[in-house]
Amino acid sequence: MTLTLALVQILNGLQFGLILFLIAAGLTLVFGVMDFINLAHGVQYMVGAYFVAAFTAMTGSFLYGLALALPTALAFGLLLEVLIFRHLYDRSHLDQVLATFGVIIFLNQAVKFVWGAAPLNVPIPDALSGTIEITDGMLYPVYRLVIIAVGLAVGLALYLVVNKTRLGMLVRAGASNAAMVSALGVNIRFLFTIVFGVGAMLAGFAGAMVAPILSVEPGMGDNVLILAFVVIVIGGIGSIRGAFIAALLIGLVDTLGRFFAPTLLRVLLDPATASQTGRAIAPMLIYILMAAVLFFRPSGLFPSKQ
Amino acid sequence: MKQQIKLAGLAVLMSVAAGQAVAQEKIKVGVIVSLSGAGAVLGQQARDGFNLAVKDLGGKMGGKDVEVIVVDDELKPDVAVTKVKGLLERDKVDFVVGPIFSNILQAIHKPVIENKTFLISPNAGPSSYAGKECSPFFYVTSYQNDQIHQILGKVAQDRGYKRVYLLVPNYQAGKDSVAGFKMDFKGEVVEESYMPLGTLDFQAELSKIAALKPDAVFTFMPGGMGVNLVKQYKQAGLADRIPFLSAFTVDESTLPAQQDAAVGMFGGSNWAPNLDTAQNKKFVAAYEAAYNSVPATYAFQSYDAAMLINSAVTSLKGDLSDKTKVAAAMKRADFTSLRGGFKYSANGYPIQDFYLTKVAKRADGKYQTEIVEKVFTNYADRYAKDCVAQ
Repeated sequence: MTLTLALVQILNGLQFGLILFLIAAGLTLVFGVMDFINLAHGVQYMVGAYFVAAFTAMTGSFLYGLALALPTALAFGLLLEVLIFRHLYDRSHLDQVLATFGVIIFLNQAVKFVWGAAPLNVPIPDALSGTIEITDGMLYPVYRLVIIAVGLAVGLALYLVVNKTRLGMLVRAGASNAAMVSALGVNIRFLFTIVFGVGAMLAGFAGAMVAPILSVEPGMGDNVLILAFVVIVIGGIGSIRGAFIAALLIGLVDTLGRFFAPTLLRVLLDPATASQTGRAIAPMLIYILMAAVLFFRPSGLFPSKQ
Repeated sequence: MKQQIKLAGLAVLMSVAAGQAVAQEKIKVGVIVSLSGAGAVLGQQARDGFNLAVKDLGGKMGGKDVEVIVVDDELKPDVAVTKVKGLLERDKVDFVVGPIFSNILQAIHKPVIENKTFLISPNAGPSSYAGKECSPFFYVTSYQNDQIHQILGKVAQDRGYKRVYLLVPNYQAGKDSVAGFKMDFKGEVVEESYMPLGTLDFQAELSKIAALKPDAVFTFMPGGMGVNLVKQYKQAGLADRIPFLSAFTVDESTLPAQQDAAVGMFGGSNWAPNLDTAQNKKFVAAYEAAYNSVPATYAFQSYDAAMLINSAVTSLKGDLSDKTKVAAAMKRADFTSLRGGFKYSANGYPIQDFYLTKVAKRADGKYQTEIVEKVFTNYADRYAKDCVAQ
């Protein structure tokens, strides 16, 4: 029984980690390739969720909604890049932080203005709404398995693009030395725009995938942004592989910590205190992990700049 | 939306004009609720409920015109204090109605009471002002917070549940919730899970619940957390297996997002949209027509707050100069509440009936909570005895 439960918790951690990966992938590229700190990346995640909610309501099908939401999220990311972010690449990091923070506040209010303050509902498509019975009474939602499968597929696709294609080679080169790539005659601005658009779309995709399990509400991107930054710091800025491994690590540490910490502490403390302390320790584990990684490897697990 | 902007513009014009008019020819009421941030929906319901009551009264109380000034506390205690001081010192309001959240009430209670202005809470009912710290200037039209959690504990006990799993946020209200639940529940608590505020994914806890197989789950997850929990509880296939007892987790403010996932889940309340009184039927119909959503308790309690003020002002024929008389008139609560029977304890908290409610889908496709059974009758809170009558 406990073994099954531990197995289920590993699945939970994997699913959480893959969502984090979808968000962090774009962030790490934008930060690594363009040296641009984009706090508004979490907003892309929120906007993706809102788009899928709106399109699903319009078409009556989650799949059509998703199919429409992805290009819209891409277009929206490109629009922001052209209107705002493009003018910030040469500025200092402080200017970038201030300006993109302003974008967060503006867009959080904007979605509230358009869709209202109340959380929106996105139904799971009927075909995926069931549960799988792992053992007696131990159910697992099919939709969460779909998220795991989709997350792994996107991870594989990104790995192939970044490591096996010419575009990926340019992105990797840009991440380690952008000036040199530009000097070799590559239109680095255009490359930036593509990377930015894809990153925004991936964050929007993550938002769209979680829309049926989480509530779609203003400010939903703010929480995940912090975790996404932790992921890219642990993984090494600019590294897709690092982001993938760090995201899974964080997903597993967080979920398993939530599960095991109260159980282990119960040996020492009474149940109520054990549960409270255990739940308080679990979120800390992520940051302890980050501190430990930075102590031994200051530029993350897989740094792209040498 | 345009309508709201127009109304807001009108409100600004009105408050400017009122500043220049002869003081206290009108009855002035300041409404301070959360209109932005995580609690915005609740604040909007309270504001709309109050405005609807003023409209039903023909814009007059005790023969005098009523002026309502609405401000947003932004769910920030420091902002709330600044805004409420504006209401007291600049607008010189006779009554303050608000807020929604207990932590905001802790911030504005002192400035309002010390100014000898009447404060009516349309939702927050913490224990802190129910006992020794009670005041003749403070009235609650909702309940004492513990009572809602207590309803579910009583129900769990009465239904003979032996093993219950508790899931609450890790802050003061979450701990109060557990204490309230345990007052009448004497069975085994298999696990108390304290979640960080703002938790969005409960899958790890839901897996644990599935493994432990308790007789029931009790939870207190307000706002977006509750929306997520309810959807995920259903998705995990637990909704048909383990009864879901909840406080402030499924109500008309969250149901538009929870929809089918919440149907059949239990809550505790002092009222429900289908409560069978003539006034209530009229109120629910009028509210839905005006604001295109089903009213939750926030709207009804705010409506009652307006009617409470009206009862006091009318009985004094609009003369609010003697505060002792106003306090006495407020305490009489001489009006018909939408919930039916309604009296005040010495501490300004209601003595009322409490119900177990259940989420249902109506014939028109909208969702609401409906009364299952009465759990407590004419029930006063347990702190009232510590309030020295003033």
